[in-house]
This record gives sequence, C-alpha cells and structure tokens, in this order.
Amino acid sequence: MQELLQYLFSGITNGAVYAVIALGFSMLYSSTGLINFAHGEFVMVGALSLISLWKGLKIPLPAAFAVSVAVTAAAGLLLERLALRNVRKPHPIVLVIITVGASILIRGIAMLVWGKDSHSSPSYSSHPPIDIAGATLLPQSLWIIALTLLLVLGLHVFYKRFLTGRAMLATAINKKAAAVVGIRTDTMVLLAFAMSAGMGGIGGALIAPLSMSSFDMGMILGLKGFCAAMIGGLSSSWGAVFGGLLLGILEAMGVGFLSSGLKDASAFVLLLLILYFRPTGLFGKAVVQRF
Amino acid sequence: MRYLILIAAVLAAGIGLSSPYQLQLLTFVGINTLLAVGLNMLMGYAGQISLGHAAFYGLGAYTTGVLTVHYQWSPWSALAAAIVLTVICAFLIALPLLSLSGFYLGMGTLGFGMIGFVVFRQWSSLTGGDSGLVGIPALEIGPLSFSSPRSYFFLVWAFAVLSIFLCERLIDSRIGRALRAIHDSERAASSMGIDTGRLKVHIFVLSALLAAVGGFLYAHLVSFISPSSFDFLVSVRMVTMVVIGGMASIWGALLGATLMTILPETLTVFHEYEMIVYGLIMIVIMILLPQGLFRGVLDIYEHARKKPGRTSAGSRG
Repeated sequence: MQELLQYLFSGITNGAVYAVIALGFSMLYSSTGLINFAHGEFVMVGALSLISLWKGLKIPLPAAFAVSVAVTAAAGLLLERLALRNVRKPHPIVLVIITVGASILIRGIAMLVWGKDSHSSPSYSSHPPIDIAGATLLPQSLWIIALTLLLVLGLHVFYKRFLTGRAMLATAINKKAAAVVGIRTDTMVLLAFAMSAGMGGIGGALIAPLSMSSFDMGMILGLKGFCAAMIGGLSSSWGAVFGGLLLGILEAMGVGFLSSGLKDASAFVLLLLILYFRPTGLFGKAVVQRF
Repeated sequence: MRYLILIAAVLAAGIGLSSPYQLQLLTFVGINTLLAVGLNMLMGYAGQISLGHAAFYGLGAYTTGVLTVHYQWSPWSALAAAIVLTVICAFLIALPLLSLSGFYLGMGTLGFGMIGFVVFRQWSSLTGGDSGLVGIPALEIGPLSFSSPRSYFFLVWAFAVLSIFLCERLIDSRIGRALRAIHDSERAASSMGIDTGRLKVHIFVLSALLAAVGGFLYAHLVSFISPSSFDFLVSVRMVTMVVIGGMASIWGALLGATLMTILPETLTVFHEYEMIVYGLIMIVIMILLPQGLFRGVLDIYEHARKKPGRTSAGSRG
C-alpha cells in the first residue's frame, strides 16, 4: 500500500511536469497547427538557465525563475520571427524540419554554454521530505503541483477574461475570421510561440531540482510531453494536463510494478493505445477546445 | 542518362579512391540512399510521414546480427528473415493506423520507433542491450568475400542503384500514378476508384523493407551494432534527408542522403560549433529552398535560363 502511494506521489510529480510541457505543445498546435520539435529544448534551456542563475549567480529564486522563463520565451520568439516567419512555402513538413534544425541549433548552443556535464539544482525549499502513511513526499513535488495549478488557472483566466487571451483563442479557431474582425493574427502567433516556449521553460525550471540536467535532456522530455498532449487530445488544454498526469502516474506504476527499463516505453505504448482506440485523444474534439 | 552518370560516378569513386575512410563514408552514403529512397516513396508520393523508420533500420540490422551471431545462420538467409520480419511488423503497424486520416500514422510511427528503440536496449539477452552486438560476420557470395572496403562499397551501391531503378519503375507504373493522385488529393483519388488505404499500406511496407535491407548492409559493414544507432534522432535524420533532398523525387532522396551523410563529416572542423552550424544549415536550406535541394536547384537553373531572353520559347519543361 505504501508502495502504491509512493509511486502515486512520484507519478503525480512527474505528471505535473509532463502536463506543463504538454500544455506548451497543445497551445502551439491550437494556435498555429504546428508541432514544434524544438519544444523539448525549451524545457532544457529553462532548467539550465535556472541552475545558472540561481545556483551559479546566486540570484534569488523568484527572479531566477522569472528570468529563465523569459529567456525561453525569447528563444521561442526568435524561432518564430527569424526562422518560421520567413519560409516561402509553409508546407507543414518544411516547418517541422525547421523546428528539427532549430532543436539541433539550440542544443548546440546549450552545449557551448553549459558544457556536456550534468548539473544539479537544489530544491526550492530546504524543508525535509514529508512522511505520509509510510511514503515520502518531497517538498519539491508540492512546489511543482502548486505552480502547475497556478499556471493552469492563470491560463484559464487569461483566456476567459483578458482581451488578448480571447483574441488568441479567436486566431486559433479561425485565423482569417480573426483577421477580419481586426485581430492582429501575426502578433497572436508570435505570442503563442512565446507563451508555448515559456511554458516549456517553466516545465524545465520545475523539473531541475528533481534530477540532473544536461544539454541533451530535452529530447526525451519533449517526446513524452508530446505523447501526453496526444493522449489528452492535441486541441484540448485540459486534455494536455490530464494526459500529462495520466502519463506520469502510469509511468511510475510501470516502473514500480513492472520494470524500470520500460520507463521510457510507457509513454509511447500509451500513445499507441490512444491512437488505436481514440485517435483524437481522450478530450480532443474536432473543434479547438480551451479551458 | 542519369543512371549512366550515377554508375559512372560510383565506378570512378570505387576504383579511384583508395582511402578506407572515404570509401566507407561513401558506403554509408549508399546505405542512407536506400533508406532515403524508400522513405521518399512514403513521404513524397504516398504523402505520409514516418517518424520511427529507424526502428525498421534497426530491425534489419538486429535480425541479421542476432541470427548470424547467436544462431550461426548464413547472412543471406538472415537477410530473408529480416525482410519477412520487417514486412510483417510494417503491416501490423500500418493497417490500423492508415485507416485514419491526417497525421496519425506519423504519430503511430513515432511511438513504434521509440518502442523499437527500447526493445533493442532492453532485450539484452538477445541484442546485448546497450553494450551492443559484436562479431557480425562479413558477407560473402561463394568465393567472393566482401570484407574489404572497396568490395563492400560496390555491393552496397549495387543495392542502392537497384533500389533507385525499382522505385523509378514503380513511379512510372500504374501504381505510381495512383500514388501521385493520392498525393494531390486523397479524396479525388479515392473517388476515382483507387484503394488509397491499401496502397498506402503497401508503400509503407516497401519503405520499411528498404530500410531493413539498409540495416542488414549496415550491420555487416560495421560488424558491431548498438541501440544508439537506431534512436529517434536517426529517424529524424532520415526524414530530413528526404525533405532536404526534395520530396517526390527519387534523385532528390539520393542528393539528400549524400548531403546529410557527408555534411556532418565536413563540419567536424567547427569542433564544438558543429551542432550549431548543422542546425543552421538545415534551417537555412528549408527557408530558402522549401521544395528541397533537387527541385530547388533545378528551379534556380530554369529561372536563370529564362532571364536573359525575355521571350521564353516553348514550355518550361
């Protein structure tokens, strides 16, 4: 029983991070129809930036967190503006290859800046692990869950209450119609990229204390986040969150009860199951669905 | 005509070059050509994407590796086994997914690619896991042994040229026309009576088969294989070869395979900047020539040819 609880805790923790990453994928896909293969690298940049700023330069945590996210958002902005904007014939596969090239580029830059070593990050608070019914809950897990909830709620409010948020939603639903009513769709796309990248950065900053970070950590995290987004349904934000949590929990259960070697495979097995039985994802619909 | 140039180039390189490194590099180009040509059929003509093709590549390599090392099969029987196994797997993967529309096949291939990679790593009793599989024997046909770099170069390119020829014949046939119809508009093709689902499955299987043959050749070339040669990045590289070379262009696939194989080698001069330059090149090519290098260069050539004389006599060709 306490084992189950332990797996549940670690599953929800990882799941929350996957959820944040998946949100980034899902939001970008909803707004632009594009799948960004460089998204995992944004996660990596967020994690390593946090470590450099907080542990390295001793900048206080809230500021370091904010700057890391800003850096990642800026990277997303640059990607859109410099690379994706200028494509002559925006065939989806061409854009995907550009994001692949961008992921290699970002990884190359990261390798220069942070080297090939792994870096560790201290937990957000120095509180000792909490014992609940024999299972250990790390304080970092609580931070992750709390901040993820905050992010999700924040996005909900943004889309419901703020004009910019509703404008983004409109652009996602129908770009031409949004342009007709006077929304600057180009700016909305740019904003979507920046927000999506920023969310990747948040995911990275959250996961940094959990395990070692290195310049090549982004690939597998990005892939898992992508699977989570597909499982939940690419066009649904709640789906991305649910998909992330589901993936995290099932992955932890698989590692605990079956074999740790299969950890990475669980995401993709789940993906395939969803594709076979419900391709649009658990919450996905043909129409773009939001919070 | 193009074949003559290609065969002449292959012969010239095979006979003229003597450095084992260069011969092996060009042998890799040949193997990658096999991979790219097959994938190009799937992506350029059938309009599907496969993000996990490295799994078929690895399946070909590991099947022959396991059978020749653990069970002492002859390599050519192992090749047959690898082909059969890959065809079965490709059918099983494609059949349920291709009935759906959109990019679901791509996602499914991503899943299978990753699962394949995990299997290669985890089934260590058979595959050696992360430590890899050693001792894969060299190929021979009767008295001819293909263990020297030069002989293997010719063997691989024989396969590559054959595959190019076969695919071109296929494109020029009824099947090829059906494929191009599907590419232009799946619905229109379907309403004309083309069994689009079945055709897509067949082309998927063909592309998997070519990848498996490539894997077979790879295994016997390097005699040691490990899972890291068949991970997601390799799948992505295969897709990139096809797109950069030019989709719906077999010769573009050859070009893409050549470029993507040789380019990383030339970039080692940049040392730690290698990845940055590599990524930049990919981005720049896709921005400037989104239709791929083959078509792109041809377009530039045609455009330049039209310019001097304002009147373009005849069609653009």
